[in-house]
Amino acid sequence: MLDKDGIARRIAREIKDGYYVNLGIGIPTLVANYIPVGLQVVLQSENGLLGMGPFPFEGEEDADLINAGKQTITTLPGSSIFDSALSFGMIRSQKIDLTILGAMEVSENGDIANWKIPGKMVKGMGGAMDLVASAKNIIVAMQHINKAGESKLLPNCTLPLTGVKCIRKVVTELAVLDILPEGGFVLLERAPGVSVDYIKNATAGKLTASVNTPEMSLN
Amino acid sequence: MINKVVTDARAAIHDIADGHTLMLGGFGLCGIPENCISALVEKGVKELTCISNNAGVDDFGIGLMLQQRQVKKMISSYVGENAEFERQLLSGELEVELIPQGTLATRCMAAGYGMPAIFTPAGVGTEVAEGKEVRNFNGKDYLMEYAFDADFALVKAWKGDTAGNLIFRSTSRNFNPVMAMAGKVTIAEVEVLVEAGALDPDQIHTPGVFVHRIFQGSDYEKRIEQRTVRSKAQ
Repeated sequence: MLDKDGIARRIAREIKDGYYVNLGIGIPTLVANYIPVGLQVVLQSENGLLGMGPFPFEGEEDADLINAGKQTITTLPGSSIFDSALSFGMIRSQKIDLTILGAMEVSENGDIANWKIPGKMVKGMGGAMDLVASAKNIIVAMQHINKAGESKLLPNCTLPLTGVKCIRKVVTELAVLDILPEGGFVLLERAPGVSVDYIKNATAGKLTASVNTPEMSLN
Repeated sequence: MINKVVTDARAAIHDIADGHTLMLGGFGLCGIPENCISALVEKGVKELTCISNNAGVDDFGIGLMLQQRQVKKMISSYVGENAEFERQLLSGELEVELIPQGTLATRCMAAGYGMPAIFTPAGVGTEVAEGKEVRNFNGKDYLMEYAFDADFALVKAWKGDTAGNLIFRSTSRNFNPVMAMAGKVTIAEVEVLVEAGALDPDQIHTPGVFVHRIFQGSDYEKRIEQRTVRSKAQ
């Protein structure tokens, strides 16, 4: 079973040289720590920055320079800054190669819910609805099961949707899965030490899983 | 050059009244019009509709106006990190319209570009789409979203000149340029106000024609919401 950093490490292996990547808040943010050395990757922050650098050194933080998670960050050689409308222009026109974001639920037809729990949590969708509606390549980083042991990979989402039929790949603490265009999860890789049967039991949505599903490599 | 300069925030917002719709620039607490917000709190105008990506924190930014119950309705994309906001929302004191961040930015842009509406795929098939017209272009569904109609836009820039030209600094640019273009009356507060001619025309982000009033701001706190740092390697 993977911890959050393990999920981030596995997702980082999906990043290719020359990619422009948008990382959401939470586990996706950790992906930046595991981008393979030698790859030229540009991180987008949707408030208005391309070329997000690491956190500043202590004492060098700048209140005017933050990422979409409102964290103080830095720029890098080649960075550019722009307004928020232009930022979503590059998202809608599919200039961003890969979007990685978190989810509370994903359904077997690729729906995603990650912005609201009615009566409990009202924070808003931020840029997530724009990202999932336009991105051509989305990876969801999420927990396979909730604290009560219930599956979050469902036949249908129970929470208010963020987007419909837009998710094609999910990485959880248990597995890497694809979602077929016609619907249904497909097990691609198992997390180290996790059995196919365990993943089947943890997936409420329709799942196709070969008994020979390989264990994932994190390196 | 037409001189747009007013003395301070109080003078700049003198005609903002109860019931007005305001745009407020900023992302989180970054690039917010701190001086105008303080002046609005001091003036005590009420029943405001505020279009702003976020709603500040409990004791800073738009949170200060929420504390004084000056806001009737918020139109935002993300409103976490504000307990008073959540309380007013759940108790029904505050009306909130949550919309996708790109939709918010582009509805500002549309107003500033003189276009009545935009089509965006964001929110198709979700509760955001309820009651909205859906159009199919090239096999994909899009929502029709209207340009905002705001009485005032309050923006914060780094440098400005007496003609109203603005230059923003770093990611405090965010929503400020599109909101500056969108207000019926746009008020800009700046950290550094210079004479017309002192800024390079090639470097201007917002041309002065969009700015009706400009003033030299003061006492900027520029609070950091999430201070994240790394320690220096030995």
